[in-house]
Amino acid sequence: MKLFLTAEAIILPAALLLAVLRSLPGPVFFPIRALAIVYADLFRGIPTILVIFMLGFGMPALGLSWIPDSQFFWAVVALSLVYTAYVSEVYRAGIESVHPSQAAAARSLGLTHAQSLRHVVLPQAIRRVIPPLLNDFIGLQKDTALVGALGVVEAFRQSQIDQAATFNGTYYLVAATLFVALTIPLARFTDWLVARDRRRQQAGRLV
Amino acid sequence: MTVGAAPMLQLEGVSKSFGDLEVLRGIDLTLAEHEVVCLIGASGSGKSTMLRCVNLLEPIDAGRIVVGGEEITGRGVDVDRVRRGIGIVFQSFNLFPHMSVLENVTLAPRKARGLSRAGAITEADALLTRFGLADKRGEYPDRLSGGQQQRVAIVRALAMQPRLLLLDEITSALDPELVAEVLDVIRELAAGGMTMLIATHEMGFARDVANRVCFLDAGRILEQGPPEAIFGSPQEERTRQFLQRIVAAGRL
Repeated sequence: MKLFLTAEAIILPAALLLAVLRSLPGPVFFPIRALAIVYADLFRGIPTILVIFMLGFGMPALGLSWIPDSQFFWAVVALSLVYTAYVSEVYRAGIESVHPSQAAAARSLGLTHAQSLRHVVLPQAIRRVIPPLLNDFIGLQKDTALVGALGVVEAFRQSQIDQAATFNGTYYLVAATLFVALTIPLARFTDWLVARDRRRQQAGRLV
Repeated sequence: MTVGAAPMLQLEGVSKSFGDLEVLRGIDLTLAEHEVVCLIGASGSGKSTMLRCVNLLEPIDAGRIVVGGEEITGRGVDVDRVRRGIGIVFQSFNLFPHMSVLENVTLAPRKARGLSRAGAITEADALLTRFGLADKRGEYPDRLSGGQQQRVAIVRALAMQPRLLLLDEITSALDPELVAEVLDVIRELAAGGMTMLIATHEMGFARDVANRVCFLDAGRILEQGPPEAIFGSPQEERTRQFLQRIVAAGRL
């Protein structure tokens, strides 16, 4: 839970930054755009468990004194790296779904590119991608089970330990229930957010 | 040079292509302060592109554009500063759907003119009241009629206190019974001395409100003059054909 929340707190702003960097206009920003693309391609391509192993076992094994050897730390870093790549693509889809005429209207009023992004494009983009963001939110929460392999004890690892000690399979059921108990309230909260925006902005019933 | 001596807007040999398609082919046009000029012509004749170029939403390929004596198409021009002085209203309103009417109108004055929130709201309320929208200030755009949305868009542009207003077929997306309320706003602005460049298909309106009418054909200003001359005795064959089609369609 702590693992998941720490990672999410890093991922949401980092992914947004990445998506914004990728949407920068003009040839001047080509190197930045290219870096953002390479990052997203790389970390969406490598299996999550591999990144977790590379960082979780690999980094401490370098034996450098200034590198933290906490498994928890590397678990957070690995999950953040992977999910930032996924989530940035979700944000990007949202940004691109906002019609260019919105940015044109904002710029025509004399707002700068950054102001137009901050006040006009991003608020609309983020509202639209809340449901797919929740998808990745849940995905991340479930993938925290992977870092059990590093020896970080999360819900799944704990249930394995308890099951092994007592030969009682219901511990798995308890772990599964814990995951779902987190997911369902989040899903309903998302539905409520989306419905509220709709009610506010749109007239009457939706066909 | 004394204030007001320079023309408000000057286009000199402005050309613009999209790929192989030449949309503007050497446009020359001058607007004096307080002048209202209507652009008429078939779809694709370059009216909208011309307005978007003046607002620097499209870069031009050749020529220059001068606003209030300052060339705005040169290198190193701060486009945001230029745009603050030029308002544009679009055919499809382009209001910000996630903001209330009041937020739509106050956003740019606060962020681009640096007004305080209270100052921007005071100004916005005065404008909304003037155009009969005071009771809509808390509504979201999608809850308004097309005519109301377009009037809000006009107020949003006016809130930046532009010295030049560009109107891009602002009644084309409206139901016929909503057109009048929007055109009345423009008449009031014209009477108040606002300099305006208007692309329109409303010939009756152009005849009423314009000091000068320009007929655009394939990216050129083919003919221009006072509305009586253009609509009464057009000199060019293309202009006559265009106006005949308009009359046949019952739009004049």
